[in-house]
Amino acid sequence: MSLAHRIIPCLDTDGSRVVKGVHFEGLRDAGDPVELAARYNAEGADELVVLDIAAARDSRPTFLETIRRVAEQLNIPLSAGGGIRSLDDARSVVRAGADKVTVNTAAIERPELISELSREFGAQAVVLAIDAKRENESWQVRVRGGRVATPWNALDWAQRGVELGAGEILLTSVDRDGTQSGFDLALTAAISRGITVPVIASGGAKLPQHFLEVFIEGAADAALAASIFHDQVQSIRALKSYLQSNGVEVRLPC
Amino acid sequence: MIVTLIDYGAGNVTSVAGALRRLGADVHTTDQPEELTTATCLILPGVGHCAALLRSLDAHGLRQPLLTAISRGTPFLGICLGLQALYKSSAEAPELTGLGLLHGNVDLLPQTVKLPHMGWNQVRPLRDCRLLRNIPCGAYFYFAHSYAAPAGSPATAATCEHGHEFTAILETERIFGVQFHPEKSGAPGTTLLDNFLRLAV
Repeated sequence: MSLAHRIIPCLDTDGSRVVKGVHFEGLRDAGDPVELAARYNAEGADELVVLDIAAARDSRPTFLETIRRVAEQLNIPLSAGGGIRSLDDARSVVRAGADKVTVNTAAIERPELISELSREFGAQAVVLAIDAKRENESWQVRVRGGRVATPWNALDWAQRGVELGAGEILLTSVDRDGTQSGFDLALTAAISRGITVPVIASGGAKLPQHFLEVFIEGAADAALAASIFHDQVQSIRALKSYLQSNGVEVRLPC
Repeated sequence: MIVTLIDYGAGNVTSVAGALRRLGADVHTTDQPEELTTATCLILPGVGHCAALLRSLDAHGLRQPLLTAISRGTPFLGICLGLQALYKSSAEAPELTGLGLLHGNVDLLPQTVKLPHMGWNQVRPLRDCRLLRNIPCGAYFYFAHSYAAPAGSPATAATCEHGHEFTAILETERIFGVQFHPEKSGAPGTTLLDNFLRLAV
């Protein structure tokens, strides 16, 4: 009896539709968020992440409506993010039905945002998303969809985020994202072993063994993927059976 | 069946209400003291910080009506912080007094494991647990917390382990509590809420 490793599908949306692209570019339509959410809920997803990757002012009302409609489909936790810059933004997302709020760029620009969210909703509801890119022997934090460098080293930023009140780190490898060549195991292990809160690994998943590796070598607590689930390259049920038969504790829906 | 859901201004009220309505319950959310004393069945959901919950109960004048209703035997279910609030005190808010219906104090889980205890875990029934009826043995429930109630009390009906053993489900004759979130725990969570509704009739 111990905590199960989580499999988390991610819906990147433009506010109303799920979109996908490689290295955050060349976006194309990948489906209806409400239909996908219902499918993943039934297939045994442990949680769902919905992001507004456009995060434009005029897409906000649509995105909040998407969260509401997605939340209605779920009896698993929902995390939402993209463009959350203030406590008010976070409140509207939580009121729409999200259990957790994901912040990224805004937290780099104003780290106190993490503390404000943590005080209001509790650490368990604050997910700090970090996009990391390898620079020689360490990883640098990137923002704006991985395009813009920051002065932060990824481990330092993750530790700082936890001190400020983040309850979970969503760690994306900018190098691996969209490549389907496997998670960045060294990055994931370095962050996961260096902090006291759970880490969700993201970027590069395709094969079942990628997930096995990231749970064992990468010490990840959860693993996130998008297009392989949307395109049905990988079913969550089959993936979990594979992980279980390889000794990884997972929740198989009964 | 009318379920009165205590809405103290924070927390997971919407999703708990949604889950109960899908089970056919007539859900009434309130922050009014007099509606607690006349309720036939009470649920206190909770998520976030323990101090926020206790302060808010007091700010709305809900503490005494809630204690009165529970002492009269109104069926009660506390979810997550709603369970923790039943104890005398919590290390998360040592300056505040809990509802004090159960002995023992809520404490931080050991820091030998990752906190928050976040995700799906199994529970171990210590006796015939009415809330777990018709739920397959070994089912997983969704937890998201760093503080937990001790496992040793006679009210503990099932435990879970993360760093150490803690109370996952408590049951007295009319007082029920779950540390996990049944409204987020898939089919087993739905069955558990249904069990509570049946017990509360």
